[in-house]
Amino acid sequence: MSIDTEPELKPAAQRPEPMGTEQSRGRAIVDGLVRSILPVLLALIVAGFIMLAMGSSPLAFFQGVWTYGLSGGNWQRSLVLMAPLVIIAVGLIVAFRGQLWNLGYNGQYLLGAVVASGVGPYLFAVMPAWLATLIIFVGAILVGAVWSLIPAILKARYGTNEIITSLVMSFIGVGIANLLIKGPFKDPSTPQPQTAVIPDDQLLPYIPGTQIHVGFIIAIVLAIVAQFVLTRTSFGLRMDVFGASPKAARHVGINSTWMVILLFAISSGLIAFAGSIDVLGQYSYQRANWDPHYGDAIMPFVFLARLSPLAAIPLVAFYAILATGGTLAAQQAGLNVDFLLVIVGLILLFMTITEYVGERRRLGQSYLPAGLRRTLVRPFQRDGRGSL
Amino acid sequence: MSDMLSVTFVTVLVASVIAQTMPLLLASVGETIGEQAGVLNLGIEGVMLIGAYSGFVVTLTTGSFWLGMLGGALGGIVGNLAMLVLNVWLGLNQIVIGLAVTLIGEGITSVLYLQNYAKANASLGQTPSLPIPGLADIPVIGQAVFQQSGIFWVMLLFVLAVGFLLAKTNWGLATRAAGQKPSSLDAAGGSVLRTRSIAVLLSGAFVGLGGAYLSVLTTATFTGFLTNGLGFIAIVITMLSRGRIALVMITSLIYGVAVAIGPALQVIGFAIPADVIKMLPFIVVILTLIVFARSSVVPPALGAPYVRGAR
Repeated sequence: MSIDTEPELKPAAQRPEPMGTEQSRGRAIVDGLVRSILPVLLALIVAGFIMLAMGSSPLAFFQGVWTYGLSGGNWQRSLVLMAPLVIIAVGLIVAFRGQLWNLGYNGQYLLGAVVASGVGPYLFAVMPAWLATLIIFVGAILVGAVWSLIPAILKARYGTNEIITSLVMSFIGVGIANLLIKGPFKDPSTPQPQTAVIPDDQLLPYIPGTQIHVGFIIAIVLAIVAQFVLTRTSFGLRMDVFGASPKAARHVGINSTWMVILLFAISSGLIAFAGSIDVLGQYSYQRANWDPHYGDAIMPFVFLARLSPLAAIPLVAFYAILATGGTLAAQQAGLNVDFLLVIVGLILLFMTITEYVGERRRLGQSYLPAGLRRTLVRPFQRDGRGSL
Repeated sequence: MSDMLSVTFVTVLVASVIAQTMPLLLASVGETIGEQAGVLNLGIEGVMLIGAYSGFVVTLTTGSFWLGMLGGALGGIVGNLAMLVLNVWLGLNQIVIGLAVTLIGEGITSVLYLQNYAKANASLGQTPSLPIPGLADIPVIGQAVFQQSGIFWVMLLFVLAVGFLLAKTNWGLATRAAGQKPSSLDAAGGSVLRTRSIAVLLSGAFVGLGGAYLSVLTTATFTGFLTNGLGFIAIVITMLSRGRIALVMITSLIYGVAVAIGPALQVIGFAIPADVIKMLPFIVVILTLIVFARSSVVPPALGAPYVRGAR
């Protein structure tokens, strides 16, 4: 690589890739890694400074995350949390790939959960556990899919902004879930507004030798299947075409009305499924006014994974550890669980900024003149390739 | 049923409608200014919370409700700075930034409140009222409307002023041009960037005022997630009102009635679950959207960062 022999005016971006595709693919992966991890690191650093400003110790916090999220047997708790999170991530990816903003995840999740916690006790009493589990899963997915019809139809027919409609529907869904828990599904044996507890032997079984329920395996398999469908089948291609341009999709014969309704239904159905699996795997009952806001937290990581279900798994794992450990760690550091929201928001901000800087570099639209810019960029690239 | 029309009931109802309408009205006006200039602010929920928290803290420490409102406006402006720099100046994805601002606003205000004020359970108390001479003596209406705090009247004046400025002045024309066809504003010698920057800051001030009105006057206290989706309702109202302040006022008032009617009915003995009361405004909103789906219009350049010469 001789820098000086290259023509002076040729912009770096138009340089033909001299090495074979293998190396450029390697660089793309490194680039992708940097772009995915950098925002998280920057967010954690800034969050640390905010903690300092608020008089808490960031070191104690991060140490607590390690202690309560990973060490000892705690990594198992993190994996249990991953089960619903990965499924929600897949659900969001399906909608986002079609350029549909399904932001109604909180309501969809709680409605799915209430199907399991409310109907579950009755079903488990009269039929074998496997059959009841199956019925609950199908029921939750259907409830989620039907719930998404209003935003989907409004979007497909009138182009009404689905961000707003799905969000508003989410608030209504949360309200309905609470009403159901306080009303028809309330456990009469306690004064607390909560559903009846499903006995342990009816819940999803553990993976042998661990305390992780099989929902974790279901979630991982689902992500792999989703990855295959999205990247290797004609349906995945149709989705991408539709997402890139609904107009172009119409020209190649894709029914966009149907596509909007279908993608919304799959997305919302999966998120409701996550709710039911969380109840049957972990919680065994549901309290009123409980809302974990999983979707809010998972969204940035879905973007960082470039809407790829497989790439989302490690990022979700990271968040699961942060959330599992962070709940206790935040209390210890004199903060509150809600501080996790700040970290997630910062990740989103730094993600857009990293994206911006990255695009600038690649498109050669730098504010610096080309020659000066190359001397700045080259050493960085060479170092990056050598050390990574 | 005779309770329905009793003097106390109507008085409480009207006062409660005003208390619920004003925060939403101010936030919607703020969002309208931004949207007319072509900036869709999805972070309004977070900005409102920042305004509500700063308004609460300033009122609690200084004891002045007026300074509290000012603090709320400043908080809103600070909250909107992220939008200004990242979206207007750098042209980054506004949906992602909006969600980030919402999350950070929710998280930071909740943590700060729990850290500093949760144990004291502080309440700000009653706002001093400003009876309008003569009118304040009218039965029912006099007590409910004409004995409001002076803040209410000033805020109402601000809202009407924005309506006038947007519709009748050069500033309003430039702002609307920045949302309708930024290139035409550019060609006429105006600066799209400066117009949008001013609009975003003013928008932040109004959204912050809305949050502060909620914490300082309506609830007289602060808790985490106080707004509970009010910001998103403001976005819907802005979409349905198509930039007309008069329509913003009417739709906000409908929302205020929807929120106030539940507790008022509870007062006279109807048992309505709290969850239904909380859901009611959202149900009204979604029904409105279903009925008027076709007439929700936004400016053509909404959300598109302006790049000179780009097509």
